[in-house]
Amino acid sequence: MTRKQKRLAVIGGGVAFLVAAVLLVMFAFSQSIAYFYVPGDLAKANVPPGTRIRLGGLVENGTVKRGEGSTITFTVTDTLSTVPVTYTGILPDLFREGQGVVAEGAFGTDGLFVADTVLAKHDETYMPKDVADRLKAQGVELSGKETIK
Amino acid sequence: MIIELGHYALVLALATVIVQSVLPLIGTIRGDRSLMAVAPAAALAGFLLVLFSFSVLTFAYVVSDFSVANVWENSHSLKPMIYKISGVWGNHEGSMLLWLLILVFFSALVATFGANLPERLRANVLAVQGLISTAFALFILLTSNPFLRLSPAPAEGKDLNPVLQDIGLAIHPPLLYLGYVGFSVCFSFAIAALIDGRIDAAWARWVRPWTLAAWSFLTAGIAMGSYWAYYELGWGGWWFWDPVENASFIPWLAGTALLHSALVMEKREALKIWTVLLAILTFSMSLLGTFLVRSGVLTSVHAFATDPTRGVFILAILVFFIGGALSLFAFRAATLKAGGLFAPISREGALVLNNLILTTAAATVLTGTLYPLVLEALTGEKISVGPPFFNLTFGLLMLPLLLAVPFGPLLAWKRGDVLAAGQRLFAAVGVGLLLAAAVVYAQNGGPLLAYFGLAIGFYMIAGAITDLWLRAGLGKVTRNVAFRRFMGLPGSAFGAALAHMGVGVMVIGVIAVTAFETEHVVEMKPGMQVEAGGYVLTFDGMRRGQGPNYSEESGHFTVARSGVTVTDVWSSKRLYTARRMPTTEAGIRTFGFSQLYVSLGDAMADGGIVVRVWWKPMILCIWLGALIMMAGGVVSLCDRRLRVGAPQKVRKVKPALEAAE
Repeated sequence: MTRKQKRLAVIGGGVAFLVAAVLLVMFAFSQSIAYFYVPGDLAKANVPPGTRIRLGGLVENGTVKRGEGSTITFTVTDTLSTVPVTYTGILPDLFREGQGVVAEGAFGTDGLFVADTVLAKHDETYMPKDVADRLKAQGVELSGKETIK
Repeated sequence: MIIELGHYALVLALATVIVQSVLPLIGTIRGDRSLMAVAPAAALAGFLLVLFSFSVLTFAYVVSDFSVANVWENSHSLKPMIYKISGVWGNHEGSMLLWLLILVFFSALVATFGANLPERLRANVLAVQGLISTAFALFILLTSNPFLRLSPAPAEGKDLNPVLQDIGLAIHPPLLYLGYVGFSVCFSFAIAALIDGRIDAAWARWVRPWTLAAWSFLTAGIAMGSYWAYYELGWGGWWFWDPVENASFIPWLAGTALLHSALVMEKREALKIWTVLLAILTFSMSLLGTFLVRSGVLTSVHAFATDPTRGVFILAILVFFIGGALSLFAFRAATLKAGGLFAPISREGALVLNNLILTTAAATVLTGTLYPLVLEALTGEKISVGPPFFNLTFGLLMLPLLLAVPFGPLLAWKRGDVLAAGQRLFAAVGVGLLLAAAVVYAQNGGPLLAYFGLAIGFYMIAGAITDLWLRAGLGKVTRNVAFRRFMGLPGSAFGAALAHMGVGVMVIGVIAVTAFETEHVVEMKPGMQVEAGGYVLTFDGMRRGQGPNYSEESGHFTVARSGVTVTDVWSSKRLYTARRMPTTEAGIRTFGFSQLYVSLGDAMADGGIVVRVWWKPMILCIWLGALIMMAGGVVSLCDRRLRVGAPQKVRKVKPALEAAE
C-alpha cells in the first residue's frame, strides 16, 4: 500500500466506525426511550400496551393497598384523572400517599399499569421536575413544600 | 468576625487570580520576564487565600455557627463531627468553594513543580489557570456565597440530607474534583501551546503526569461514588447511568483517551493536533459536567441545587471557555506541525483505535445524557433515556476495545505485526476461555453471553501478564536475567499492564453480577428463612435503636451455610429526626469477592416485614478493578522518565526549547 492508500484506509475505517456508532445510537434511541405522561395525557395519547412509559403524578390518598407478598397497588393522580398501578418490590423510602411519584413500566392488555421501577422524591423539598411542571400545567396548586426549591 | 475574614479572603483571592491571569499574559506578549514571574507568586498567594477561606467555612461547620446561612441549612449540632466537616461540601455553595480550592491547588502545584518549564509556557499555563479561577471565584461570590449571615441566628440547623451523611460521601466529592478539576491543567497547557503556536514531545511529557494524576483521582472518585450509591441508597445497584454519574464519566472517557494519545505524542511526536484538541475537550466535559450538576437542569439523586441564575452563569463560563478554546484551536491548529508517520497496524494505530472508540463512547454517553434536555427545550416533550440505551450502545462500543486492549502493548511502534501479536496472545485467549468455563461451571451454567464476557475479562488479565512476561523475556533468557529485566522495566510498563488488568477485573465483576445475581423480595416474620447464593438467612426479629441524630429499626438475620451459622447481619431503616426523612441502611456481608445484601422494606399490618435479599457474586471485582486501574495510574506516575525535574530529561529537553525562543 502506498502512503496515501494507507491514510485512506485509516480514515475510511474511522468514518465507517463512526457511522456504525451513529446508527447504533439511533437504533438504541428508537428502542429505549420512555416518554413521560401524567394521567390526564393518557386519554389523548393512546399508549399501546407493552410500550414503556414513565407515569408521573401524586399518589392518591387512601389507595395504597398491599396484595400478595410484596405486590402493591396504588393510584396515580393529577387530581383530574387517575391511573391504577401495580408494583412488586420494595417502594422507595420516601413513597407516601399524597406525595409525588414517577412509575416506570408499561400498560398490560388489561389496562392496568405494571411498574417495574418506582421513584419517589428524594427529600422532603424535592419533587420530580417532570411531575411538578405537568401538574402546574394542569392547574394543580402545589403547596410551597412540594415544588422544586 | 472570622466569617467575614473568610469572605474577605475570597474577595482578595479573586483579585489575586485576576492578577495571575492578566499580568503574565501581558508579560509573554511583551517578552517582559518580570511580569511573567508574577504568575507563580500569584498562584501561590491565590491558593493560600482560598485555603484560608475554605478553612473558615469548615470552622463555621465544626463549631455549628448557625448565623451562617449555609451552615444552618446543611448542618445540625448533633451531627457526628466527620459529617459536620464533610457537610462543608455536601451542598452547592460549599462544593463550589471546594472546586475553586482544588483549582487553585493545581495552579499552586504547577507553580511549585513547574520550575523547569520554559518561562513563557509556565506563565501562559498559569495565566489560563488564573482565568478559570477568576470565573469560578466570581461565580461563588456573585451567585453562591457560602458566607452569607442570618440575623437573628437560629438556635438549631436544618441538618444535612441524611443520605449524604456517610463516609463515602465525605471522600467522594474531593476525589472526583481532584480528578476533573485536575484536567484544567491539561487544558491550560493546551491553550498555552496554542498561544505560543509551538508544541513538541516535551510538551506531551509535561502534560502526561498531570493527566495521569487527574485520571487516577477521577477513577477513584467515580468508583467511590458508585460504591456509595450501592450501599447507601439501598437499591443494590452500582451504576444507574444517572446524568450526574454520566457527568463525571464523560470526562473520564475523554481523559482516558487523552492519556493514550499523549503517549503517542511523547514517544512519536504524532497526533499533536488531536492531543491538543482532546486536552481541550476533556476539561470542557468537566465544565459541562459541573454545569449539568450545579445548574439544576437535571433532577436526579444528586440534584441538590436549583437556581436558574446560577445555571445561566455557569453556562456563560462554559461558553466562554469551550468556545474560546475551540476558536483559538481553529485559528492556531494549522500552525502546529504534524509529526511522525506510522502504519495503520502499529502501536500508534492501536492507540488511535483506542482514541476513536473512547471518544465515540464519550460522545454516545453525552448524547444520551443531553438528548432529553435538548428535546424538552426545543419541543417541550419529556422523555427519559435510561439504562437500556446506555447498556446497548456503550456495551457494544466497548466490545472491540476490550478485545483489542491486550494487542496494543504487543505491537511495535511505527509498524507492527498483528499476527505475531495474536500468536503471543494464544495462551491468554486459552486461559480466558478455560477460566470462564470454570466459573460458569461453578455457577451451574449460565447464558452464553456471560461466558464470553467472563472470558474477555480473564483474557485481558492474562494478556496484561503476557505483556510483562514477554518484556522480561521469561523463557528466553535465564531466570536471573529475566528477573533483573522485570525489575528494570519502566514504571509506565507496569502501570499500563496494571491498568489493563484492572479493566479485566472490572469486566469480570460486571458480567458476574449481571448474569448470576439473585434477588428475592419476601415478606418475613421472625423465624422465617430465605436462601441466597447458597446461604440461608433466618430472620430473628426487629430492634429499635437510637443514633446521635436519628432513630432506627433494625432487623437481625442469622446467616448459615449447610446448616452451620457463619455470621449475622443487621439491616436498618433510619428516620433522621431533623428532616423527618427515612433512609435505608442495607446490611451487607462479604464472602470473598461476593456479597450478601439485605435491605428492609415496609412493615406489614400482621407483624411481618418486606425484606429484599440479593446475592451479588463477584461484585467487589467492579471496584477492585477500578482500584487496580488507579494503582496503574499511580505506578505510571512514579516512572522516573515522567518526573518533571528528572535531571537527564531536563538537559535533553531544554536546549531545544530555548533555542526556539
